[in-house]
Amino acid sequence: MAVMLLVALTVALFAGGATPAHADDVDVDKYDYVLAGNVTFNGTPLDGVLITVTGPGTDTEVKTGADGKWRVGVPEKASYTVTLDEDTLPEGVVVTKGGNTMTAEFGLTKTKSVNFFLGEGTRVTVSFFDQLINRVANGLNFGLLLALAAIGLSLIYGTTGLSNFAHSELITFGALMTLVFAVNLALPVWLAILIALVLSAALGWTLDAALWKPLRKRGVGVIQLMIVSIGLALAMRYTYQFFVGGATRQLPGASPAKLQLGPLSLSWIDLTSMAISVVVLLGVAYFLLRTRIGKATRAVSDNPSLASASGIDVDFVIRVVWVIGAALAGLSGILWAYFRPGVSWDMGFQILLLVFAAVVLGGLGTAFGALVGSIIVGLFVELSTLVLPPDMKFVGALVVLIVVLLVRPQGILGRKERIG
Amino acid sequence: MSSNATPSSKPVKSVDLHVGDAAPGCKKNDPILIADGVRRTFGGLTAVDVDHVEIPRGAITALIGPNGAGKTTFFNLLTGFDKPDAGSWTFDGTSLAHVPAYRVARMGLIRTFQLTKSLALLSVMDNMKLGATGQTGENMFRALLPVLWRKQDQEIEARAVELLTRFKLDAKRNDYAASLSGGQRKLLEMARALMSEPTLVMLDEPMAGVNPALTQSLLDHILGLKEQGMTVLFVEHDMHMVRHIADWVIVMAEGRVVAEGDPHTVMQNPAVIDAYLGQHHDSDLGSSDADNVEAMKELLDDDK
Amino acid sequence: MIDWGQVFSNAAVELISPTTAAYALAALGLAIHFGYTGLLNFGQAGFMALGAYGYAISILTFGFPVWGAVLVGIGASVIFALILGVPTLRLRADYLAIVTIAAAEIVRLLFTTNTFVAVTGSANGLSEYKDGFRALNPLHFEGTAGFGPWQHSADDWWVIIVSWTVVALACLFTWSLMRSPWGRVLKGIREDEDAVRALGKNVYSYKMQSLILGGVFGTLAGMIFIMPRAVIPAHYATSLTFFIYAILLLGGAATILGPVVGSMLFWVLLSFFSGFVARAVEVGWLPISQVQGGQLRFILVGVAIMLIVIFRPQGLLGNKKELAFVK
Repeated sequence: MAVMLLVALTVALFAGGATPAHADDVDVDKYDYVLAGNVTFNGTPLDGVLITVTGPGTDTEVKTGADGKWRVGVPEKASYTVTLDEDTLPEGVVVTKGGNTMTAEFGLTKTKSVNFFLGEGTRVTVSFFDQLINRVANGLNFGLLLALAAIGLSLIYGTTGLSNFAHSELITFGALMTLVFAVNLALPVWLAILIALVLSAALGWTLDAALWKPLRKRGVGVIQLMIVSIGLALAMRYTYQFFVGGATRQLPGASPAKLQLGPLSLSWIDLTSMAISVVVLLGVAYFLLRTRIGKATRAVSDNPSLASASGIDVDFVIRVVWVIGAALAGLSGILWAYFRPGVSWDMGFQILLLVFAAVVLGGLGTAFGALVGSIIVGLFVELSTLVLPPDMKFVGALVVLIVVLLVRPQGILGRKERIG
Repeated sequence: MSSNATPSSKPVKSVDLHVGDAAPGCKKNDPILIADGVRRTFGGLTAVDVDHVEIPRGAITALIGPNGAGKTTFFNLLTGFDKPDAGSWTFDGTSLAHVPAYRVARMGLIRTFQLTKSLALLSVMDNMKLGATGQTGENMFRALLPVLWRKQDQEIEARAVELLTRFKLDAKRNDYAASLSGGQRKLLEMARALMSEPTLVMLDEPMAGVNPALTQSLLDHILGLKEQGMTVLFVEHDMHMVRHIADWVIVMAEGRVVAEGDPHTVMQNPAVIDAYLGQHHDSDLGSSDADNVEAMKELLDDDK
Repeated sequence: MIDWGQVFSNAAVELISPTTAAYALAALGLAIHFGYTGLLNFGQAGFMALGAYGYAISILTFGFPVWGAVLVGIGASVIFALILGVPTLRLRADYLAIVTIAAAEIVRLLFTTNTFVAVTGSANGLSEYKDGFRALNPLHFEGTAGFGPWQHSADDWWVIIVSWTVVALACLFTWSLMRSPWGRVLKGIREDEDAVRALGKNVYSYKMQSLILGGVFGTLAGMIFIMPRAVIPAHYATSLTFFIYAILLLGGAATILGPVVGSMLFWVLLSFFSGFVARAVEVGWLPISQVQGGQLRFILVGVAIMLIVIFRPQGLLGNKKELAFVK
């Protein structure tokens, strides 16, 4: 039955998607609400420009008439996306302001006019190769910021066995604190970020001291701990919303101009973000491989009871891991706020699953696996937009997670366990 | 340590189990389990590399060896709980390679675990009933109609009561298994394994963590299995127990079978002494190993 | 001042509302997964979405009768359980949790994306699928009828009666399964699956059966859930699964009636709390906005989950010894 449904769904999709009408009026008599526009350039109407309207209950194409006008009837008083196909404009004419896609919402009337701003210019056609390069760069950037959060999550899992669902709230916390200090209190951004990182670390310390350590001492099982973290995540997330509301706000300096580096188009914030991630990740690697406490951390991850027996202060190691993990998550949140861009109460929760996917892909509990997994997830999310619609870009990464676990259940860098 | 426990009556040893010299991988008169070229590596470490080994039917065979010799891994491989890199092995003439653990168990090869796996939050009786195979009510649709399985369930319960009485656990039948002591859990696990009426019982360190008061009864029960016609293969670290009840001993070291023979002769084998003593040069001297060295000296003295 | 009568009667209405029934049924499905088998399914919202969309799409796009639409939903969730179970049921418990969450999110994103708007209605969802169900209603009266605070129209009573009948049948079904040898195997798997495997049980197959059965309960719950409202994809976010876990833990994870009692208590308390806060804000007792009042209750749910798991892990109805937590 479900297979039948799926097949029929696909059929309906293609049937619904492929209705290019070559008239300047489409569905106008069929529906009450009408989107309309007039495509002109320097007073001259343009003929045969392709307009696409998508939204609730419709997915329609229309071409402008000789008078440059088009009208599309839509079933609902809702928000629709109108796209002008720039390839169908005459040579030397481009959309100059606001891009070739607009969102149209009905006001008091049943007709809404949608007009594009056209001007002279040569359109920069982005070749597939250039797109690919840019997606890879974005993917790396996104992957690196995911890695900051993922390594903390993985270290916490490795040392305590806890799958921390409240990690998303640690991510949000960093961005929120930056917003509070940089915008509400108008401090310089660099200072606000520093304060936010210190506060994130303090939050990690507090959570371990006030909640997780007492629970470990009670001998609460890991599954119970995981559910506690879910409760904590809910409580924290809605506390954020309670105080800052549901709106998305911008950090100072978000969305700056892009720099052209050959085919690459990146802003200096993207570059700084990547540089910071790489430096911090190298720092974490140094910490884990070279310092005493870092080695102790890996020992605890490997075998807590053995580590404890060989004189390592396991509680201290876990405390350090929480502080570092929370600070990394906070930093990741700040970078995420610039990448999205914007700060909102549930921004961490939006990428929590991707962070988990990265950790699981790399192998639960292995710090370097988390890095590899994050890069893969980041690249996959960005590259998938080349073929998938943007609102499905997370789907690809989650599918990859499931597929990798099918082939290699212990993750990419994880080890198999022995039974018995 | 439980080293001084002995069975309450002198056990009758099975003899004439093998053909030819008692060398590693020697032929048995009536083997129940034959393994060939079974190899398992973890990363770069070879945990098990057994060329050929046969387990005699109707006898008690001990699989001994120092820590890390690959005994438990070998157990896991034979019972389908782990997959070897290479090798084949047969049980009663049927190949067991690539057979999942639950089917191995259904063929009559039942194992227990080193760390007891009593189902803590099930009652002792439910633990026992779970051991019975071929239950009608274990099918989801038939489970809905008690008429179909109630009678069988009562028969199973009767058998369980009988076994529990034998293992002196009948007073605990309605308690959660979690409330039993470590030794009682070992007994429960063994009794539960018997519910399926197995032909080969594989016990992974049955004496580990059992208090001395219970070891004697455990030994008696293992001997009892043989009397009822079952074959027993057990992993053990404790040499004393091996000497008293085993008919045949297979010694593993570093993943290989290094010696085979009856308990008394095998202990004199230089390879065995090497395996146990040699270990002390490069690893910490565990107290249990020290005990084993004592036990071996004792064995050597016995034979003089 | 505060109209306490109104606050109480609004809360009482939730006691038998179809939403309460839907959550109870979804939680019962989770009890089978988590409480009895030890499977950490965090994708119950996905199963509910399949029920809701399977039903609505069958009726709206294909014009199926009610029974056909129900079968489509069940079929979809069985297939979902198989797709989910094949790769994950061999994995450790925490991997399963993450994979099921991911799968449920995939389902939600597929229902939300504009790509399939013709069938799924995208972010706006679906409505107008209720006529077939209402046509089966044997009750006919004008206006509302009932007793005490429970005054409903004939259509609403029909939904209430059907949903609670389904819940009652599901409870009976689960109860008879859990006292059978089949249920014994599931509980054994919860305690230690290797031990059960060593006793000759096909653990993988039992886990799959458990996943399918609990998932089908989730799917039926999804259908009940959309009877008093429209199908909106945002309803099936991960928080839905978390709320169902809160209900399950509140009532007792390894119990039959725990999910039902938990759901009733959850919704009555939540309604009472939001009613009280809303009115307290109105009369100026609390210096917060109405929107903030709405968020307070989610904070409360989060804190409640933590407290229950820490201090009473067996839930209200659970046996103190039979803590349903896998180690």
